[in-house]
Amino acid sequence: MATFFGETVILSSRAVDEEDEEEEVEDENEEDREIKRELEKKREVHLHWNADFSRQFETSSDKTLQISELIIAVGYNASGFLSAFALSSGKWETVGNISLWNEKSRFTRETSLEHPGEPSCIFYRKDENPEVLICQCTCYVAEDQLFQWAAKVLGCIEKRSLKVTILSDCPVANYRSPEYISAIPVPFLKALKTRTYNENLCCSPLEQPNVVSGIPAAVLSYCQVHQIPAVLYQCYTDVVKLDSVTIETYKSTLSCSSLRKLIKPCTALSTEILKKLTEDNETQSNLYT
Amino acid sequence: MFVPVENASPTFKDSILIMPAVSVGNVGQLAVDLLISTLNMPCVGYIHTDCLIPMVGNHPYATSEENSSELSTNAEVYFLPEKKLAVLQIRSPTVKSKTRQFRHLILSWIKSNQFSRSILLSSSHAYQCDDRQLSGSPLRYLQTLEMKNIIGDELQKLDLKELETTPAFPGISETEQRLWIPGGGITKRFFTECSSEHIPLAVLLIFCSEGDNIPEAFTLINFLNRWLHLVETTGAVESHNWKIPCSWKLLFGSGIPPAIF
Repeated sequence: MATFFGETVILSSRAVDEEDEEEEVEDENEEDREIKRELEKKREVHLHWNADFSRQFETSSDKTLQISELIIAVGYNASGFLSAFALSSGKWETVGNISLWNEKSRFTRETSLEHPGEPSCIFYRKDENPEVLICQCTCYVAEDQLFQWAAKVLGCIEKRSLKVTILSDCPVANYRSPEYISAIPVPFLKALKTRTYNENLCCSPLEQPNVVSGIPAAVLSYCQVHQIPAVLYQCYTDVVKLDSVTIETYKSTLSCSSLRKLIKPCTALSTEILKKLTEDNETQSNLYT
Repeated sequence: MFVPVENASPTFKDSILIMPAVSVGNVGQLAVDLLISTLNMPCVGYIHTDCLIPMVGNHPYATSEENSSELSTNAEVYFLPEKKLAVLQIRSPTVKSKTRQFRHLILSWIKSNQFSRSILLSSSHAYQCDDRQLSGSPLRYLQTLEMKNIIGDELQKLDLKELETTPAFPGISETEQRLWIPGGGITKRFFTECSSEHIPLAVLLIFCSEGDNIPEAFTLINFLNRWLHLVETTGAVESHNWKIPCSWKLLFGSGIPPAIF
């Protein structure tokens, strides 16, 4: 498009990327393909199970993990909720993790494992309750890695008796409502479920035209297509970091759903952990300390 | 990969397939939305692929409280066997490095299901129009040789112009002409690939700019309807024939602060 002064300006589009069309060369040579392959390899999602744990399920007939509940927490607050209310009681052990690299990773794949504090995806299981697997995910998973993430995690689990619950954080700015957004009290929960999920929802369903992206979308799509009962509780909040009010919002999911069996309602211990979790952030956000 | 909703896969043989290209203004996708919503088409399957960015939401064509909480994914196939009409809706863009793979996936799916003909609804940047394209109808078509053999000159009879080719080196040489669809997403390459694979495909496209693209969606779908007579037309105002889906709400964002008045 030409401006008043005559220079040509390329318009951007929400639907297509102009560069893409130009970039895709028709006759790419072997070297180009090699580079693409290398890059793809680097961005691959890797799922590692601990030696002990993988031995257990590799001996089973179809080499799949026999569990009945998979609980995935995406984001700091959802993960914080599970840390405070589920992982705090009983003896949970780390059974596996996911390592991946993308443009937002601070470390390379090789070094990221040496930095346990680095955000990543970790799987936990409890000895007394081996039917339940918890996954906490706080790292950024790029758009091209999402499908692989879901396929790898759900691909190694026996689907017949599986039920999936996802808890996820989302900024309230992504929520659409006929009302003025700032007038809606936050945080609040909205639910999405797959066709085969028959249990009652503990909050209202996500209204049209709202959509969900990221890991929750990848997992729900996988479950919908493979007829696995799954539910997503998305918490819309105005706080990006760990926040006790947002974490408490997830407590309403305890009234129904699979979480009830797993999580004891508020104990002194969990309150303490919750306090400890959020303390770090609060001091940082104070200008005068 | 196509995955049916029920365990048995429907037979698409000899049906017409209508699908959008994710292109400027999302016009093709909006037009397809109107078609599915108006004909109340049932979803029969999903295209489950790593080529598209994952996205989910609740039933985009919900008509009542009961059916409003049904999950919907980024690529779904809708089918009316009695009309022999299949519609593929794509709701998210392709992953950057996987557009080629995506085209091949759709192409082989079309081939293996033996659709009688396929129609791609698309759009192209209006600001890139040349002098010949500035006046008159913004609609254009492209058809493969196989499509031409089936429909003959049906499209010309409806006063539709074929998309003009543009010189590959404007101002230098006019002899080498090329097909150019800026902002059309997969349109151009998909069309050339269908031509070489001998698939009967027609592309209907409209020149548009990004913004409120509902009027363009109506223009495109009304033309398609004049051609294929998918929906019964009543009354003079063509847009009244279509049912706007509930997912078109809040196209311009959430409510505004009441205090500004």
